[in-house]
Amino acid sequence: MLKNSRRIMNKQNRIRNDVLLVAVLLLLCAVGILYLFVFREGGDTVRVTVDGELYGVYSLHEDFTEEIRTGEDDGQFNRLIIQDGRAFVESASCPDGICVGHRPIFRNGESIVCLPHGVVITVFTDNDKYAPDIVA
Amino acid sequence: MREKSKNVAFLGVCTALALILAYVEILIQPLIPSIPGIKMGLPNVIIVFLLYRRSAASAIGVSFLRILLVSLLFGNMMALAYSLAGAALSLLFMIVLRRLNLLSPVGVSIAGGVMHNVGQIMMAVLLLKTVELSYYLVVLTVTGTIAGILVGLCGSLLVRKIPEKLF
Repeated sequence: MLKNSRRIMNKQNRIRNDVLLVAVLLLLCAVGILYLFVFREGGDTVRVTVDGELYGVYSLHEDFTEEIRTGEDDGQFNRLIIQDGRAFVESASCPDGICVGHRPIFRNGESIVCLPHGVVITVFTDNDKYAPDIVA
Repeated sequence: MREKSKNVAFLGVCTALALILAYVEILIQPLIPSIPGIKMGLPNVIIVFLLYRRSAASAIGVSFLRILLVSLLFGNMMALAYSLAGAALSLLFMIVLRRLNLLSPVGVSIAGGVMHNVGQIMMAVLLLKTVELSYYLVVLTVTGTIAGILVGLCGSLLVRKIPEKLF
């Protein structure tokens, strides 16, 4: 009898711990979302890397289209479009299409990733904007 | 000896079941509205079941076998690397949390689901050398939690309903 009630207590404790775990995870997410969407400002350039190597850097302030060619004989593509200060992938030859489904990016640090092609598109802020003004 | 062969047969059936669940998941993917690239991880129902009914070792064995087989059948070597990293981290956390006995099977499964994503992102950061990828964790933690709850509920249902004597 005593053993049984102890087990029930234990079970309640464990479920309470489960709820606690979920609460902590959601809190972490909330902090992450706050950091990602509220405290970050718009970036200036888009940097494209393929398998970790730099492919190109483009300004976010001018409308622009680039077909990012990757793979053997450049047979794969991700069509990157920069429009109204936002960058997005309009179409791509990758199987999952996650990059195409991604919303346009414009905040510093935001990125679109195409895992099958190893393509990473990331927004950066011009550093010299924040460099100390040594002339004045 | 008899116990041993029984065990081998049982784990073989579990591996086959996990494989079929992985296939079912691929089949039903278009039916349920979800974000592309995010899976529920149905085969992990078997892993949770094994973790609670058998041993950590059997869970590890079945998990890695099924990843290897699924990658050979439906995926590619890139997918294998991501899956292995996710499964290794997820199993590690699930085994430790199971031992600590602080959480219910559902809680253990939630931790497993979230850590699977963490492992995959870590692998992606390593392979693509892009730390910015970790921003995806914000979304993946929420989906991992939901997946973990569903898998955990199914798993603990199996643990409760399947009689001990059956095997």
